[in-house]
Amino acid sequence: MKDYMKKEFRIISNLIEKNSRILDVGCGDGELMSFILNNISQDIRGIEISKTNVQKCISKGLTVIEGDAESDLFQFPDSSFDFVILSQTLQAFLNPEKVLDELLRVGKKAIVTIPNFGHWKVRIDLLLKGTMPVTKSLPHEWYNTPNLHMCTIKDFFNFCDSKKIKFIKSLALNQEKVLDISKSNLGTRNFFSDLGIFLIEN
Amino acid sequence: MSKFDNIKNIIVKDQLKLDCGQTISDFPIAYETYGKLNSKKDNAILVFHALTGDQFATDINPITKKDGWWKYALGKGKAIDTNKYFVICANVLGGCMGSFGPSSLNKKTGKPYGNDFPVITINDMVNAQYFLLKHFKIEKLFCVTGGSMGGMQVLQFVANYPNASHTAVPIACTSNHSAQNIGFNELGRQAIMADSNWQNGKYEETNNSPNKGLSVARMAAHITYLSKDALQEKFGRKLQERDDLKFSFDADFQIESYLRHQGSVFVDRFDANSYLYITRAMDYFDLNKKFGGNLSKAFEKSKTKFFIMSFTSDWLYPTPENKEIVIALNSIGADVGFVEIESDKGHDSFLLNVPDFLKTLGNFLNTSYERLHEKRI
Repeated sequence: MKDYMKKEFRIISNLIEKNSRILDVGCGDGELMSFILNNISQDIRGIEISKTNVQKCISKGLTVIEGDAESDLFQFPDSSFDFVILSQTLQAFLNPEKVLDELLRVGKKAIVTIPNFGHWKVRIDLLLKGTMPVTKSLPHEWYNTPNLHMCTIKDFFNFCDSKKIKFIKSLALNQEKVLDISKSNLGTRNFFSDLGIFLIEN
Repeated sequence: MSKFDNIKNIIVKDQLKLDCGQTISDFPIAYETYGKLNSKKDNAILVFHALTGDQFATDINPITKKDGWWKYALGKGKAIDTNKYFVICANVLGGCMGSFGPSSLNKKTGKPYGNDFPVITINDMVNAQYFLLKHFKIEKLFCVTGGSMGGMQVLQFVANYPNASHTAVPIACTSNHSAQNIGFNELGRQAIMADSNWQNGKYEETNNSPNKGLSVARMAAHITYLSKDALQEKFGRKLQERDDLKFSFDADFQIESYLRHQGSVFVDRFDANSYLYITRAMDYFDLNKKFGGNLSKAFEKSKTKFFIMSFTSDWLYPTPENKEIVIALNSIGADVGFVEIESDKGHDSFLLNVPDFLKTLGNFLNTSYERLHEKRI
């Protein structure tokens, strides 16, 4: 596991209550799920679009269904999970708003993490180099990026605010530091942070 | 002397009320086992066979002398590892490999039942096989699994006995037979019944059997088990041992010759009346309807951990039909995993050497088995 990922997973895990019921949306090869399963709660499910990844999850003993978060979340009843996790995937959906609504319908709470397009390195790439930004949390080139709707920490914060979504916890990951995000420090956090981690509810 | 004298069976003494209203008792269910039942009796897997399968799931079938139908998936060191698990597989009610079926002797008349045999259902099949658990004194199975009609039995089993298995793996199946499924089955049945040798189902009293009809039924069905791409790749328009078309109705094309062969070897091992009865059971299968149009209700009482698999090129029981089961389970918060396996081999993928499928099946079973033991310690 990459250190950077590990850090994110530890923060997410700290936001989850012991033995709660969890859904990991876009669970990849099940790294975060395994971590939670072994440390926080056995009651965890995943949904993942890639067949190869689903098969990897099964080999780790995880309960995962192959499916598309954009069209397959409907099958879960309202509030059927205590926590729904969406790690660094929101920007890859055709309709992130719809997905966010679904996350908050299915989960009593949602944890959404956002690779920050407002980070200063990203801004410099575009400002000085004049090329689309490529960083460690945004490693793709413009022509092969799965990210259709890139946003900044500030964008996501304002978006949730406008939708009257409540922030229970807003955290910014800056190198090794984990800092709180609030309206007053939003500009700074947005400039220096790689990742935003939000625990939200309707 | 019957050819089934040396195969294992239980004689069910209890009364079994069938869906058609009749009650049967004192009837045989033929079965085979692989591996060893451990002392805790917690390593048993009940495997359900498909339409034309039988209890000889792996190794050499002692009657047909052919390989078992699930030889790729089941055996020592395989996905369903018989070094580890105790596997029971029974011939379904209505079958022709030693279980009570239309070729069984009717004690009242001294003749085979033929089409006097009661029409049976998937529900009846499952209830009949449940007696095997009592026979082996197994309180709770580790797993119930099967593909195609075997998968339907898995679903029915969990619906009927919600706490009789820790895990359930229905493969390439459906919760209700579609119009297309019923249509294909009807085609097969009509082929059999149109054969004058069928004689209203009483052919066993004569020296003739409806081999031509049964063979045509098998040929038609066989096409539905394969994908268009796989057929095209294997046969295309290749000619059978000839350089050019013969301008006749002989088997010019390899595909014709292949299907004729499939039909002719099938009649040696399968009974035409069994084919009628079992296809009928499949057509009558509608778990949704049985639970008031809400499939979720079928599994409401169960804590069984499900894992469902479908195949990309299966057009007989395509992925959306398998996903309906997943959706029904998710909507009641059941423990369900699902993956569609990439394969160009069509519906038959579950019987063939499809490494992704075999690996995933094995991984699911082994990790589930380990977890079950962790929990207990």
